[in-house]
Amino acid sequence: MPEVITEDGSIINNEWVVVERPAEGESLALPDQPALIPADLWLAGKEHYEGRKEIGVWFDSHQEPEILEGVVNELGVIAVNFPKFADGRGYSIARLLRERLGYKNELRAIGDVLLDQLQFMKRCGFDRFVLRADKNAEEAARCLSFFSQSYQAATDTDLPLFRRRAS
Amino acid sequence: MYVYDEHDRQMAADRVEQFRDQTRRALAGDLAEDEFLPLRLQNGLYVQRLAPMLRIAVPYGMLRSTQLRRLARICRDYDKGYAHFTTRQNVQLNWPALEDVPDILAELAEVEMHANQTSGNCIRNTTTDQFSGVQKDEIADPRPYCEIVRQWSTFHPEFAFLPRKFKVAVNASEHSDRAAIQVHDIGLQLVRGENGALGFRVHVGGGLGRTPMVGPVIREYLPEQDLLTYLEAVLRVYNRYGRRDNKFKARIKILVKALTPEGFAEKVEAEWAHIKDSPTQLTREAIEKFQTYFTEPAYEQVPDVKETLAAQRFEDRAFDQWIAHNVDTHKKPGYAIVTLTMKKTGTPPGDVSDRQLEQIADLADEYSFAEARVTHQQNAVLADVRQDRLHELWEAIKPMGFATANLNKLTDVICCPGGDYCSLANAKSIPVAEAIQRKFEDLDYLYDIGDLDLNISGCMNACGHHHVGNIGVLGVDKKGQEFYQISLGGSSHHDAAVGKILGPSFARDDMPDVVKSIIDVYIDNRTQEEAFLDTYRRIGIDPFKERVYA
Repeated sequence: MPEVITEDGSIINNEWVVVERPAEGESLALPDQPALIPADLWLAGKEHYEGRKEIGVWFDSHQEPEILEGVVNELGVIAVNFPKFADGRGYSIARLLRERLGYKNELRAIGDVLLDQLQFMKRCGFDRFVLRADKNAEEAARCLSFFSQSYQAATDTDLPLFRRRAS
Repeated sequence: MYVYDEHDRQMAADRVEQFRDQTRRALAGDLAEDEFLPLRLQNGLYVQRLAPMLRIAVPYGMLRSTQLRRLARICRDYDKGYAHFTTRQNVQLNWPALEDVPDILAELAEVEMHANQTSGNCIRNTTTDQFSGVQKDEIADPRPYCEIVRQWSTFHPEFAFLPRKFKVAVNASEHSDRAAIQVHDIGLQLVRGENGALGFRVHVGGGLGRTPMVGPVIREYLPEQDLLTYLEAVLRVYNRYGRRDNKFKARIKILVKALTPEGFAEKVEAEWAHIKDSPTQLTREAIEKFQTYFTEPAYEQVPDVKETLAAQRFEDRAFDQWIAHNVDTHKKPGYAIVTLTMKKTGTPPGDVSDRQLEQIADLADEYSFAEARVTHQQNAVLADVRQDRLHELWEAIKPMGFATANLNKLTDVICCPGGDYCSLANAKSIPVAEAIQRKFEDLDYLYDIGDLDLNISGCMNACGHHHVGNIGVLGVDKKGQEFYQISLGGSSHHDAAVGKILGPSFARDDMPDVVKSIIDVYIDNRTQEEAFLDTYRRIGIDPFKERVYA
């Protein structure tokens, strides 16, 4: 079973599978285990999924997290896909989910998730990281803490350095 | 000048150790080339035609003499004894070894320097007017705001993987623009609002490269305390909606054009409404704290020395010309701003040796409160020189090659490293600059032509800012042969404009004569008070075409 990194760099088992968007005309096939389905499909069939804790959603990088306004906290897990690690849209999606929509539960980074981007992801509100399979999970803890502090406010801190300096 | 505190020092040290770790993993094969690429770029490291190239940030162009000396030492110890001043107030080393770069960064960090985000698809070094803080017509010193932007943009977790690179420039002068803000992704013009409070007029979507554009104004007045939240809104809109499918259409200017400036501004305003009052909003205390780093040096109460200077100028024509062209008016009586020109014919524009870096450091210590500045025109500035020491300074810099009295003249060429160094270039640019400089060596002729920006780029990427040269030269490749296309009428100043292409390109050997013909058309047509650009704007491109292609 593949692994998931937590925000402090520990390695835990991954129980969730990502269900790809079905082809045109086909319906979504749910597996026998906790599943992340495309966020817009979850929203479209929301009554059907109500109360099902084993269903979460995922966003692709071009999608708009705003579609979940008002309902995000009905979900226990939201994932954001990085189709390529250099596609930085997922960072904005994460901050919007956390800071704009007030999402409180698990937020995981999936897709082309490498070691050197982990700390940026964490600062933007991700707390679970599904590392690309060829990367060494043992190195994650170190890469999550390269920087001991930061200049800007982000999801992890309300206080930009200029406010901390003043106090 | 800004001085690091324990937070800055800690983050600089963390960054060096992070890059040491990344370099180790890259050399060990644990990081694939495409994975290491953005990491090394965001630490200033390119892999170039002949060797790696390291671009070191000089935030808003300011350097202390200790930093200049450290740069000199790095050039000697890790490179071939010279560096290059770039067209964005940075410094480049042309020959560092990949495995030495973490050590070079550590040496830089010791003197509060870095190479953070000098390349890659992220927010780059913020640039400004090299005369900041010493010129007369400035609305306020722009450097505290540049430093505020530098800190906010450094290691910003949301904006490290933008669609493309992103450049911010700030201008504070009412009547001039030495920072070329209208050809930046974001150009900030300091202004006073109706109530007299400081703020910015915000241009977004200017730029050079393949699709040159003058940036439209998307907000007429932004209060200063809202600077960072507004930038964050612009960047978020760009990060989410900028094109990522085509590298050549990924700059913010393409998004602004697609949405129209009004449509883009609306999106930014909508985003900004959510974050305007967040803790990222600047406080009065924070702005004042940043301002304390840029207070005036210990100027002496000295009068202007008009008579002595006049006598010295009368006695020595060369000194007179140098004062007329390379020395600018200072806001303080008795002081002057001196530009050390790096455009001696035969030296690649912007290149400086380790010895010259040390000479500039010594000059800064002796004449200008231990500080110097670099300009996007690839010269250096001593901003606070006493007028009664100008003659002495001039005597001192003549043998160093810094006294060529051609500032803002045709031979003060802006030029990228070109095909001699750069792997992107289609053509060489340095030899073209030199051939043109040789053609116009006669100073009286040069002064008669007057102020003129001649900018040369070796390729479309436009590091030599050719689009905004009054005369722009672009190297192009035609079936493996180097040719040069000319454009006329560009400007990077308040009246910013993108030049118009004159016609078919020319062989390198023809370039000096072609430029001469263009100048002849200007001289034949100008009225007494007209600069080159004025005449061009009045008579249009056709008379130039007719002469050059006759």
